Amino acid sequence: MFNKFDVLETIDMIEREHLDIRTITMGISLLPCVRATARETAQAVHDTVCRKAENIVKVAGQLSGEFGIPIVNKRVSVTPVSLVCAAFPEGAPLVGRALDAAAKELGIDFLGGYSALVHKGTADYEKIFLESIPELLASTERVCSSVNVASSKSGINMDAVRAMGEIVKRTAEATRDKDGLGCAKLVVFANAVEDNPFMAGAFHGVGESGTVINVGVSGPGVVKHALENIPDANLNDCAEMIKRTAFKITRAGQLIAKEAAARLGAEFGIVDLSLAPTPVMGDSVAHILEELGLECVGGHGTTAALAMLNDAVKKGGVMASSHVGGLSGAFIPVSEDIGMIEAADKGLLNIDKLEAMTAVCSVGLDMIAIPGDTPAETISAIIADEAAIGTINNKTTAVRVIPVPGKGVGESVEFGGLLGRAPIMPVNRTDSSRFVRRGGRIPAPIHSNKN
Amino acid sequence: MRAVVTVTGKDKKGIIAKVSSFLAEKGVNVEDISQTILQEYFAMIMLVDISGMTEELSELARQCEELGKEIGMSIRLQHEAIFNAMHNI
Repeated sequence: MFNKFDVLETIDMIEREHLDIRTITMGISLLPCVRATARETAQAVHDTVCRKAENIVKVAGQLSGEFGIPIVNKRVSVTPVSLVCAAFPEGAPLVGRALDAAAKELGIDFLGGYSALVHKGTADYEKIFLESIPELLASTERVCSSVNVASSKSGINMDAVRAMGEIVKRTAEATRDKDGLGCAKLVVFANAVEDNPFMAGAFHGVGESGTVINVGVSGPGVVKHALENIPDANLNDCAEMIKRTAFKITRAGQLIAKEAAARLGAEFGIVDLSLAPTPVMGDSVAHILEELGLECVGGHGTTAALAMLNDAVKKGGVMASSHVGGLSGAFIPVSEDIGMIEAADKGLLNIDKLEAMTAVCSVGLDMIAIPGDTPAETISAIIADEAAIGTINNKTTAVRVIPVPGKGVGESVEFGGLLGRAPIMPVNRTDSSRFVRRGGRIPAPIHSNKN
Repeated sequence: MRAVVTVTGKDKKGIIAKVSSFLAEKGVNVEDISQTILQEYFAMIMLVDISGMTEELSELARQCEELGKEIGMSIRLQHEAIFNAMHNI
């Protein structure tokens, strides 16, 4: 018989503290779908995704019922479309739209992989592919795009960084009627990972198996509640408490991931140990930091508290899962975290502090609305800063900013659902364009030479 | 195969009777029961054998929830694996 307190604790975590499985993501290789023309390839892509992920929604429903734990999102990630369409890059949007149609048929909320990996250089077919991103994101609903522009091994492709500043701006313009929503589906990465289950940055790496299940867990509310029980503890004990809690959360993820993989005829890939917030009260990473003793996230001490949280989550989670991967760390998407939104509203959380925070957690400047008149070169410079943090520190970093067309500081933008609400944050108005326009590649850091 | 049934809510008469007769109807055998009353709150945890159940597990869990609504309690039925995973190494 189980210890009754353990049983009641699990139920409390689910019912009151928003413990859930944030996403079951099926990674599907599209390489076998390459045909002679874009049209035939698009058809093969559509059919493959629909066939392989046919039961993902049904199986998630069953698992949720049997184990009594909510499974919030069902998603698919695919091989970067730029590779699938390398022979006919002009046809990439056909494949993108086929993926969108497949996502709708399957009833999943997002599908990731309209992506390109250009961290060392941009091939001609990739240049054409990158140009197609704004229009594709404007004309589809559920497809997400990501571009890797830097890695610790190869440095920072500044030509790609410059191009992405423009592409982010054009994506915002192309979705002007929805306050630049297209940018919420576009991530610019350094050190992108091949097994990330979270959107918008998920894609299925070429080193992966044919069909894989990756699972992302979540539980900021559970961690906060655990800390509320030890208000006077020192930070050693706080870290221990976070570790113990992360262990339990991750074990639930591991169980669901293995079951889902078995039932869907896929390999079990990884569990992503991220603490992913939602805009719902009681599901905030910012509020954990405040529970640790900060008056407001963004204040001095925020980076230290976040570093401790991030590290403790990993230490607790690693032992709970046979394979850990993806992004694995605390997320700080501003519009998706009620505590971050509140701090940004009060002007207490700014982009500079967020940049410092990204040096110690996953993933980067995420879901930040900035003024619509921010120059493309400034966005490129923001991307370059994040890429530098990623390449030097051997970690994944990313930029997902939304330059909201026609809006400025003091206004805010409502994306709805899990994407939440974002107060528009000021950016530094000085000119970085000469630096960005130099182009070329920032060489890989010295400590990447490990062979 | 085993599952854990938890019944929580304000204490009232006949809860155990109602829940166990419902489970018996569904071919579920109760192996162990533990209950506590904290202030006026009632928490009952049952370990049940579901190898002979007449429904799919997720459907049975849904019906338990329904029964809970009828009698004004919260009733959950979950596969034991979730508790094993979270609380045992």
